[in-house]
Amino acid sequence: MVTVSLQSISVRLGNRAVVSDISAYLAAGSLIGVIGPNGAGKSTLVRALMGLVPISGGAVRIDGTAVNAFGREELARQIAYLPQGQELHWPLSVERLVALGRLPHLAPFSRMTEADHAAVETAMARADVLHLRHRNALELSGGERARVLLARALAVGARGLVADEPLASLDPGHQIDVMELLLREARSGALVIAVLHDLTMAARYCDRLLLIDRGVLAADGLPADVLTPRRLADTYGISAFIRQDGAAPLVVPMARVEPQHRAD
Amino acid sequence: MHLPTATETRHRLLLPVLVLLLLTAAALSVALGPVALAPARLLKGLFGMGDSIAETIVIDLRLPRMLVGVLVGAMLGLSGAVLQGYLRNPLAEPSVLGASNAAALGAVIAIYFGLAGLHPAILPILAIVMGLGALALLFTLAGRSESPLTLILAGIAVSTLAGASISLALNMAPNPFAAMEIMTWLLGSIENRTMGHVWIALPCVVAGALLLAGSGHALDALSLGEDGAKSLGVNLGRTRWRILAGVAIGVGGAVAVSGSIGFVGLIVPHLIRPFTDRSPSAVLLPSMIAGAALLTLSDVAVRLIPTQNELKLGVVTAFLGVPVFLVHLLRERRLW
Repeated sequence: MVTVSLQSISVRLGNRAVVSDISAYLAAGSLIGVIGPNGAGKSTLVRALMGLVPISGGAVRIDGTAVNAFGREELARQIAYLPQGQELHWPLSVERLVALGRLPHLAPFSRMTEADHAAVETAMARADVLHLRHRNALELSGGERARVLLARALAVGARGLVADEPLASLDPGHQIDVMELLLREARSGALVIAVLHDLTMAARYCDRLLLIDRGVLAADGLPADVLTPRRLADTYGISAFIRQDGAAPLVVPMARVEPQHRAD
Repeated sequence: MHLPTATETRHRLLLPVLVLLLLTAAALSVALGPVALAPARLLKGLFGMGDSIAETIVIDLRLPRMLVGVLVGAMLGLSGAVLQGYLRNPLAEPSVLGASNAAALGAVIAIYFGLAGLHPAILPILAIVMGLGALALLFTLAGRSESPLTLILAGIAVSTLAGASISLALNMAPNPFAAMEIMTWLLGSIENRTMGHVWIALPCVVAGALLLAGSGHALDALSLGEDGAKSLGVNLGRTRWRILAGVAIGVGGAVAVSGSIGFVGLIVPHLIRPFTDRSPSAVLLPSMIAGAALLTLSDVAVRLIPTQNELKLGVVTAFLGVPVFLVHLLRERRLW
């Protein structure tokens, strides 16, 4: 079980404070959504969590150990990361691409063991891309590509998964597929953190939402508690149709409103 | 486990075929030359049991030439494959980082100031020193940036500076013979090399290859971009240092004994890639062997093609580069 604690972390890029004083304790077994308007600092927050950007203040701890005390490879084995708009540079086969996820487990010059191959097979099965095995990864459709890249992250076999906008450019069916997959990972005991733009999906699937606005944590809690009309107006500048539907709220963005306007 | 497919069989055959090709090329390089030697005389000469003429031709002329060709070709092939993977650019080759041009400048300085005549080791040593100087300049210019574009721009700056200095030396050459000597050296050749050249190139190529060889996993991870590679546990700073130092030392040593031989580092990975799974690490060792074979075969061709003036190796490899660019262009335009 992996836990991540963000202890009042701040990140500066150049002279700009992009993330200011965010604290949160993220426990295994839950699907946690990070939401907020464009440029709010969501990606920077998860990149700081992964040790990809230096933090200017505070500390990120994984299972109680400071993130910079981990070696790069050790950290890579703890938490898998799916970057936003993942680039691909060579026409690798899908199988070879997914196998890149095993790199943190390989010693220099060594080849993949049977166990590594088995992990790759499992990851491809979980993301439902086994049938794409021999396809050129550069020639996949958007939905196939997203699932293959997710399989690459799953192949790491880490206890934590951070996915930055895993739903980008997916049709509704594939969005549901990916959210179901992330939820299954969380239910099997992993810590899953996903940066999301789709509020409807975030509200329906996430156990907890972190709402980031202009670099600060504007709200943190259950989707029903975070996604209130007032907060949506203040942060996104929108009004939304919100209905409590069973356990999860149904949230559908409706129109632009002036910030600070009380929609309720 | 599933049965190996036709593609996998092809991948498995690649290394044995390349080794066989290299051995054939090396044998041809020792066997062929302006003086025809019968196989028996050749073999006796090779093992020091033949007549003195055969021994001189084989041991003192053809063997060092073959060894220099193998070393230089291996280094160029390997560094081309590493740089294409590292810069994620299929048109990258050792010269994009300025190492080859800077090493050539070192040699030109040695010729220009007449230092090359003092001792045969001065020219290659100056070439290696300039190659390392170019590396230091490259690090200063590129700073801490991790993007391949910054590195390419810094490399072009270093390369252009070295190229301009070479032109200046040609422009200011004290007499036409000095200019001619510089020009001839710049064309690139491994003719009349001695075991002394082999001993200069060998440590550089071995050190360079060792620095580069361990970068396979990091290059594979870089297929996913910088963030992707870092999140897979790659230390990008260390990777960059190893690759740049490996290229500067190895290519510096190679250029020091052969002159500027272009395009081998560019062509070879392209020829190899279709026979692999196309991941950067799979191209490294095959490119090294194929580079050695290609350069040795080109050198055999130089000897066999009858020309009035002697044909230079660098000229032959430059012509080989043209079809590779054309094929790349056709693929980009989806004509083929």
